[in-house]
Amino acid sequence: MKWVALLGLLAVVPAVASEEQVRLQEAEGRTRAEAHCSMCHSLDYIPLNAGILDRKGWEASVNKMIKVMGAPIPAGEVPALVDYLTRNYGKQ
Amino acid sequence: MDRRTFLWTSGLGAFVAAGPSFAEVPGQPAGLGEGARASAVLEALPGKRALIKRSYRPPNFETPLEVFRDTITPNDAFFVRYHLAGIPDPDPAQWRLSLGGAAAGKSLSLSLADLQSGFEQVELPAVCLCSGNRRGLSSPHVAGVQWGYGAMGNARWGGVRLRDLLAKVAPAAEAMEVLFDGADSPVLERTPDYVKSLPLWKALDENTLLAFTMNGEPLPRWNGAPVRLVVPGWTATYWVKHLDSIRVETQPLKNFWMASAYRIPKGKFPVVDRFLTQETETTTPITEIIVNSLLTSPLEGQRLAPGDPLLVEGIAWDGGFGIASVDVSTDGGVHWSRAELAPELGRFSFRGFRQVFPGLSAGRHVVMARASNRAGTTQTLDLIFNPAGYHNNVVQRIAVDIV
Repeated sequence: MKWVALLGLLAVVPAVASEEQVRLQEAEGRTRAEAHCSMCHSLDYIPLNAGILDRKGWEASVNKMIKVMGAPIPAGEVPALVDYLTRNYGKQ
Repeated sequence: MDRRTFLWTSGLGAFVAAGPSFAEVPGQPAGLGEGARASAVLEALPGKRALIKRSYRPPNFETPLEVFRDTITPNDAFFVRYHLAGIPDPDPAQWRLSLGGAAAGKSLSLSLADLQSGFEQVELPAVCLCSGNRRGLSSPHVAGVQWGYGAMGNARWGGVRLRDLLAKVAPAAEAMEVLFDGADSPVLERTPDYVKSLPLWKALDENTLLAFTMNGEPLPRWNGAPVRLVVPGWTATYWVKHLDSIRVETQPLKNFWMASAYRIPKGKFPVVDRFLTQETETTTPITEIIVNSLLTSPLEGQRLAPGDPLLVEGIAWDGGFGIASVDVSTDGGVHWSRAELAPELGRFSFRGFRQVFPGLSAGRHVVMARASNRAGTTQTLDLIFNPAGYHNNVVQRIAVDIV
């Protein structure tokens, strides 16, 4: 409930000062990953889970964000996003 | 949206004013993954002391180990756990709780003053423990917030009994579950709102409370101000914060947070309480906390001189049967002896234990503690693996070098 006014506000409000310092790995696809993932949560969720998920796991995670959590990530951008997450934060 | 939600949301910059107090986190459990250890920092949310940051938004902050030397967890050190990033700071004077639902004979709207004056006031010490506490120690590691030992706390919760409120709305004979919704909210419309349910019998338990005080103070914002549900014995997923709606229903709640999340494989864990209306062929909702303990002394990697006494100390807890005994070992589990238990504050509370071993021989000693409860269950030596990393009650192994 009460999401309507939150939407938009969160985008313009400065986030937690320290959250701003979280940066994802510099690599192809970083900007898109930061934009898609930070809509709903801080980016530290990704390094927090580094080394745990393989490609299939990251793909399931991204699909959960879209199908269950409602993240508006275009289907066409999913493969590149999964590539980025797997290459930089995937299980070795 | 109410005005207070707006104020808080636009006031996120308050974090900046508070000034982050960064520090690397000392003494993190060896079993945590590299990502979890590398991304942890000690940082203070407004009104809190520095805690172990797992994520900023939504805020997930863990209580450091040394805090658990006390049986009661101070409010400013109490862990913080949210699923959704829209966190309200309701004005207690404006707050209203609505009660109703398809199986309620009538509807009601109550203020905080109504709760404080119209019902018997009770206080109860109880452990609030995240289902995923110690998830970060799962082997193999599983995705999710990588909690170490501190996604838990023990407080004296003050408020009113839920059953006294439910009596006022006259639940019908066909009432099945009671649903709880709080004022926290998702960023996107499509994200499932955090609504949880309890079976009617648990909602009517005399220990299930609506709390508005915690250790004698109003609830901190980060722990559910002004009113939260307290479900002693059951994991914190049911302890809905910023509670503003209670509905008595005739059907099981089928949302993401009940039907998909917070479920465990059936038959794997020594649990007694069942949530039958939510069970499937293979999985069941997590219910009561299983017996567990935490060593606060010695610390991992601690060194002692020969002849120094070794203090083995910690806390034990379970889902409300009460702690019967804690056995401790200094030789990796070959020999066990019974620790001294501190007086019991209540059967839902942490209970202290200690034993002093005088002058151990030089070399490495592996210290362990294994709690048992009055239902006859004890901690496991080997992880009971499950995909969400719940119910980790593996006996700790803390190596101490005497040199």
